[in-house]
Amino acid sequence: MSTSLRNNGAALLSLVAAALLVAGLALAIFWAPEDADQGISQKIFYVHVPIALTAYAAFFWAAWKALRLLWKGGERYDLESYTAVHMGVIFGVLTLITGSIWAKISWGHWWVWSERQLTLFLILFLFYSAYFMLRYSTDPGPRRARTSAVYALFGVVLIPVSFMAIRLAEGLIHPVVFKRDGPDMDGTMFLTFCVCFLGMLTLAGGLYLLELSGKRVDASLRELRERLA
Amino acid sequence: MSSGEKYLWAAYLVLFAAVLLYVVLIALKVGRIERELADLARIARERAEGPRG
Repeated sequence: MSTSLRNNGAALLSLVAAALLVAGLALAIFWAPEDADQGISQKIFYVHVPIALTAYAAFFWAAWKALRLLWKGGERYDLESYTAVHMGVIFGVLTLITGSIWAKISWGHWWVWSERQLTLFLILFLFYSAYFMLRYSTDPGPRRARTSAVYALFGVVLIPVSFMAIRLAEGLIHPVVFKRDGPDMDGTMFLTFCVCFLGMLTLAGGLYLLELSGKRVDASLRELRERLA
Repeated sequence: MSSGEKYLWAAYLVLFAAVLLYVVLIALKVGRIERELADLARIARERAEGPRG
């Protein structure tokens, strides 16, 4: 994909994301009913859960690109995997912050260590944060690309574990909304959630393309500088 | 405003602030790239003109 096409894609996705997120948040505030137990604070769900699922999606994307690098080779997959990890970590930080805000109003604590879902997400987040330390501790080249790819691929194992943790945990306080027989919420809540989730995914997609474009321009500039030196 | 509403707006504000911060960082990056490109263009121009004197 050429740089201009990627930038146009990023601009288009950003516009769609802005429209979907504004619509989603308006639906969440003015249309979706308040939860009977948690009241208005439950509406944090419409940002927290889409952000968390987007972080998982970004880590999955990073692992997929890493797999393609190890399978077929090619420098572009290294940069794509790296950018996806970058996005995943950004959305991971947002998941932890919005989750803590929700935990404070719902449970009275910013963080509960006994909750497996929280600690497993934190482990996943720290695992991918360490990716950058690994990446920048080795010299650029095929070896760094392969090592980073193997690391990104290993991390993906933690995603289903983290996602399933609330279903496997006993005596949990973290709510389970998506069950085997469908979402545990009414139609208006689910539609609002879908709009917010789609908005968050397109936002991540737009930022991913923008970031990728920036990293490619940086690499081209570096190469140009080396040639002119 | 109830405390529930305050926390709700805080969560939404975090998302808005993150996007805003990202835009600022991208703007700074574009500025740096512009400066680097201008620098490289100057070097290329000097090379093309050749040594003087």
